[in-house]
Amino acid sequence: MASLDRTARAFLLTELISGFALTLKYMFKPKVTVNYPHEKGPLSPRFRGEHALRRYPNGEERCIACKLCEAICPAQAITIEAEPRDDGSRRTTRYDIDMTKCIYCGFCQEACPVDAIVEGPNFEFSTETREELMYNKDRLLANGDRWESLIAANLQADAAYR
Amino acid sequence: MPKVKIDGVELEVPAGITVLQACELAGVEIPRFCYHERLSIAGNCRMCLVEVKPGPPKPQASCALPVADKQEIFTTTPVVQKARNGVMEFLLINHPLDCPICDQGGECDLQDQAMAYGFDRSRYHENKRAVPDKELGPLVKTSMNRCIHCTRCIRFATEVAGVEELGATGRGESMEVTTYVEHALSTELSGNLVDLCPVGALTSKPYAFEARSWELSKTESIDVMDALGANIRVDTRGAQVMRVLPRLNDDVNEEWISDKTRHALDGLRHQRLDRPYVRRGGKLVEATWDQAFAAIEAKMKGLGGAKMAAIAGDQCDAESMMALKDLMRALGSPNYDCRQDGAKIDGPRGGYIFNAGVRGIDSADAILLIGTNPRWESPVLNARLRKRYLSGQCAVASIGPAVDLTYPVERLGAGPATLRDLVDGKLGFWEKLKAAKRPLIVVGMGALAREDGAAVMALARDLAENLNAVREDWNGFAVLHTAAARVGGLDLGLVPGDGGRDVEGILAGCEKREIELVYLLAADEFDTKRLGKAFVVYQGHHGDAGAHRADVILPGAAYTEKPGTYVNTEGRVQLGQRAGYPPGDAREDWAILRALSERLDKTLPYDTLDQVRARLVAMSKTFAAIDQQAAGAWGHFGKTGATTDQPFASPIANFYMTCPISRASKTMAECMASRAQLLAAE
Repeated sequence: MASLDRTARAFLLTELISGFALTLKYMFKPKVTVNYPHEKGPLSPRFRGEHALRRYPNGEERCIACKLCEAICPAQAITIEAEPRDDGSRRTTRYDIDMTKCIYCGFCQEACPVDAIVEGPNFEFSTETREELMYNKDRLLANGDRWESLIAANLQADAAYR
Repeated sequence: MPKVKIDGVELEVPAGITVLQACELAGVEIPRFCYHERLSIAGNCRMCLVEVKPGPPKPQASCALPVADKQEIFTTTPVVQKARNGVMEFLLINHPLDCPICDQGGECDLQDQAMAYGFDRSRYHENKRAVPDKELGPLVKTSMNRCIHCTRCIRFATEVAGVEELGATGRGESMEVTTYVEHALSTELSGNLVDLCPVGALTSKPYAFEARSWELSKTESIDVMDALGANIRVDTRGAQVMRVLPRLNDDVNEEWISDKTRHALDGLRHQRLDRPYVRRGGKLVEATWDQAFAAIEAKMKGLGGAKMAAIAGDQCDAESMMALKDLMRALGSPNYDCRQDGAKIDGPRGGYIFNAGVRGIDSADAILLIGTNPRWESPVLNARLRKRYLSGQCAVASIGPAVDLTYPVERLGAGPATLRDLVDGKLGFWEKLKAAKRPLIVVGMGALAREDGAAVMALARDLAENLNAVREDWNGFAVLHTAAARVGGLDLGLVPGDGGRDVEGILAGCEKREIELVYLLAADEFDTKRLGKAFVVYQGHHGDAGAHRADVILPGAAYTEKPGTYVNTEGRVQLGQRAGYPPGDAREDWAILRALSERLDKTLPYDTLDQVRARLVAMSKTFAAIDQQAAGAWGHFGKTGATTDQPFASPIANFYMTCPISRASKTMAECMASRAQLLAAE
């Protein structure tokens, strides 16, 4: 009996039809894929992407070379050197992040007392060589300048939960 | 001995100590800011509150309360906890809480204790107090907003350093620690203020913002800037020495170090010899080790031992001096010397060490300084002399330069004639010395490094023997050296062998072309012009006087870059560890001499540091007892003879620049300029 049943199914193509039916059903459902890179999915304000060093609205860099981010970094990806600037204030002369070491844990931005180092919303920073992933201070400050409006908005959105 | 009960544990403690000290003996930690073991008690921070029974029903400041028999002390009750929390909150009202930009961050007493006693937010919304920063010279950076008025700095300057220049003006909220009239501190111990400050009000200016305490690796070492051999901790980051801090050693430096010890370290970064050089056509050109050795080998070929000579410098480790001596002997040369300044010292060990020991100063009851300015030759030892003076019943007199030693000194005279009068009992101070149970006679290099040094030495020995200052229980004859390597060199017998020439003889020989090759082991402190036409091999770490004159330069290691044995002025053998590696092609000094010896077919019989150290012990048993002062044998030393009328002069003309390292240091140059400005203002 079982063999008759199996033979009937095979000749009536029921499995094929049910398969096509599923395909047809999804044709009329809304699409779940996005047309990357023209479209992008939503990001949380807490998203931890590429690092940036921020500035105050008057253009002064925020980082005060306290080295807390360097100390907390579990991957030891951050290297800082500091000395007094001409006006006597404490500033970095070197602020390097090795993005190949970074594990994007976000401890650096948690440790920062002045919200200088942040992980911004940018995740598209792949490079063709490793060397390009050794970020220096200029690169990080430029990132900050480029992403400031979004970073500020994200910090604002998340501030209520901190 | 009073019996006290601390947190329920009964304990017998020495009479006369404070409750805080008793708690420490019991192993109970009491938070404190103003209390410091080596300073007087101020009792003004109120952090050390404890409950004491019997006593008033309120917490007591334990640092200023003497223990009494049958006292009950409570350190963990809610009352105590609440009182300390309250004190901490008061202290933090005006503290700026700028820890992220404060150099004290990570090693700050206030930060640490706020973790234990602090409230997690502030209840004060009023403006914080603002205080103008003070200018205390090139070494101490001030940030007076952070000051909590513990007055440790004031007490240190007044009591230990002996310069009454710091004080407080105003009271309550308007209290300020200040120098009254703005000027740099005129003490050689100002760096210690930074260590004492429990907050970040006084921080190190040359070290400002350079590193955090947690990123430094710490190495225990020995200082070579003066002959005291202060125990130091060298903090390095990567290959670079970032700072030098004192280590506790009550027998040597207590917990102080001089400004030169602490801040000459930037000299280690400049003017370094990092590769061998050979002089070709009158110019020094870079070379390989092989080429440098070849040049030496070519010169030495066929040269008799009598035509070679070696001079060891003032900061050499014993290992390299041992290798130098062995090499010179293998080459058949008796011409070697470790006394670049020409000090007339030889004979038994008792004749060239600080026999009484630094600790002996504390029990001396009459002190005579001969031809020395301890304030410049060893500021920390001078602070110890001052401490002895302050504790009373101790007369101090000096024969030598008229200088301000920070404590009153009866100046008997300037030259050897006065010393002779004293030996003959013609001076009033003789009676005081004679009456003293433990007279201390400090002989400096100003008295010995001169033509008639041996005669002066004989006079000083006569004086010590006449006074019965050399006994079983006390040896008051003390030589204060200026060179860290000197006692080590003398212990190793790095003085001319049979028929050998001393430094003066070597230089005279160079001028007369009797000496054709001179090996300088980091020796820079003599007139290099006198080397004449001799072929000069310079092995050292800095491009200083010796290297400028050299025909071959072999790059060596500075004191932070090699494990070394140093013998301080009291004959204490101490080990310094390696904190980093020498730059470029430079190598450890004994290893260079060992390599050279192999090239010259006179291979020295040691390959490892342990073997060199075994050789040291074989040479002199004193090297076997690390960190201990071996007593020196007494005997007949010095040479009775005529003395000149020339007054004793201090061998140090400029405290801040005495060695290749300090001469290469920018910080030391700033200190010098600041001191000159200070003197000009007076």
